[in-house]
Amino acid sequence: MTLTAPPAPAVPRTVPPAPPGAARRAWRTVSPYAYLAPFFTLFVAFGLFPLLYTAFVSLYRVELQTPGDMEWRGLGNYTALLRDAYFWVSLRNTFTIGVLSTVPQLVMALGLAHLLNHRMRGRTFLRTAVLLPYATSVAAATLVFAQLFGRDFGLINYVLGLVGIDPVDWQNGTVASQIAVSTVVIWRWTGYNTLIYLAGMQSVPVELYEAAAMDGASRWRQFFHVTLPGLRPTILFTVVVSTIGATQLFGEPLLLEGSVSGGISHQYQTLGLYLYEQGWGFFHLGRAAAVAWVMFLLILVLVGLNALIARRRSRKEAGR
Amino acid sequence: MTALAPPVRSGPSRAGRTLHAGPLAYAVLVVAVLFSAFPFYWTVVAASRSNADLAKVPPALLPGPHLMRNFEAVLEEADIGRALLNSLLVSGSVTLGTVLCCTLAGFAFAKLRFRGRGALLAVTVGTMMIPPQLGVIPLFMLIAELGWVNQLQSVVLPGLVSAFGVFFMRQYLVQSLPDELIEAARVDGASTARTFWSIVVPIARPGMAVLGLLTFMAAWNDFFWPVVALSSSEPTVQVALRQLGGGYVHDQSVIMAGTLLGTLPVLLVFGLLGRQIVGGIMQGAVKG
Repeated sequence: MTLTAPPAPAVPRTVPPAPPGAARRAWRTVSPYAYLAPFFTLFVAFGLFPLLYTAFVSLYRVELQTPGDMEWRGLGNYTALLRDAYFWVSLRNTFTIGVLSTVPQLVMALGLAHLLNHRMRGRTFLRTAVLLPYATSVAAATLVFAQLFGRDFGLINYVLGLVGIDPVDWQNGTVASQIAVSTVVIWRWTGYNTLIYLAGMQSVPVELYEAAAMDGASRWRQFFHVTLPGLRPTILFTVVVSTIGATQLFGEPLLLEGSVSGGISHQYQTLGLYLYEQGWGFFHLGRAAAVAWVMFLLILVLVGLNALIARRRSRKEAGR
Repeated sequence: MTALAPPVRSGPSRAGRTLHAGPLAYAVLVVAVLFSAFPFYWTVVAASRSNADLAKVPPALLPGPHLMRNFEAVLEEADIGRALLNSLLVSGSVTLGTVLCCTLAGFAFAKLRFRGRGALLAVTVGTMMIPPQLGVIPLFMLIAELGWVNQLQSVVLPGLVSAFGVFFMRQYLVQSLPDELIEAARVDGASTARTFWSIVVPIARPGMAVLGLLTFMAAWNDFFWPVVALSSSEPTVQVALRQLGGGYVHDQSVIMAGTLLGTLPVLLVFGLLGRQIVGGIMQGAVKG
């Protein structure tokens, strides 16, 4: 049985299974893209394309009734914006409401997270309970708060009356209405940020606390010298996310009274609401696109600023 | 496989945490919980009162007898029934579709090698922070072109795009799916599709559940785009609430009844699975 053919097995042996093997290998290189295809098809069509195309649309006159007709306007939409006093009002309101809502929200969240980071009974319940507002929609939350903030029969004015404060006009007062809008934001998002901070705090190595305690640092000092520095990336994250959210604010000012102008003198109209008013109140889609693009630039500037400040601070601290 | 959370971090930091909360900490937290919960209680109070009760000084602080009447009124005046059904359809399909798309893409990013992987992942993660609200105008022109204005698919399809979801599933699979398992399946001659369904999905299931929960809540509560794309003739709950708040209905108690009906489904989900949602947010935070 030594009549076997000359030894040339290496090549023939690989040949028979080669067709399926090659196909399989080809499939192996292609199949990753098949896994990505469903997401990326949708992503390009409904995510990426609209974002990029916004810049293009902002250079045209496009009306809501005839969105297919586009007429070149160059920078006309932008100059129209800059000339509109209400654009500036809404830009300013976006800033003030942004500060009024973001700062207390994050400070409170930090405090609550610190408390929740202790050993305690019912921690799961407490965590879930502070997150409860996160489950509600902007619309539902705002409608309830609009009721609570009612000028004549609202519960908040009633309680203020009990301590001798005159009824506040939460709709028409500029500062008051902005506080009302911010309250809804604070209520909905404080719990969410609390959990983010809590997660960050739990990843601070416990040895650092032990070392600090050994050095005789009080709990208070530990919070400032161990917890906060360890939390810096998390804080930056929440500041960025909240800033972006604040730039977008729409549902809260829309539903405080239900009008797109954000109050009779636009006293709490935000950029998000102004965009909606331009597009779906006045039918100027092109101009609304210009507003969107301005908002995008604003976000870029604010996020860049945040990153810059964060980097500076950490460099300062490193140099200390 | 019963633990919902993946082994994100073993807990050396937690094991050593011995600080106990003092009475002051409890007091502050109780106040925070009351602050969180009061608006819900108030919704029930206002939705179960007559409108006249709400215009009284001092205001009523306990629930009244008119809940059913107000529910009936809002079902009639604002078509909340249809809105609830639509929201269920939209949120359900968005959740299923998102979880599927994101698991597929997340798996590819986590465990498969291919050209352009880094770049594609960078594009995905890079847009995670850009609010989709900035794209509404072209998106509206697109669905107008397709003739989808005021049809539910105009809300479902854009709702499926979740860069966060892809990132979330990728992180989940990187951590909980050992390369050896994939390798073993390959050696056994399993196709990638087979590997996906019989190895990846079972391991990814807890992560998929968390993503599904977060997606469902976000889809149910989504506001800007549905308000733009739909109208009162084909509303989701949020669109119906916007109508309610837009002055079409004047009875505060009826508005509150609508708010209550529109919020109950997510509250139910939250009540049953709140723990998992808390876990999901904290995981996302650690990874993000």
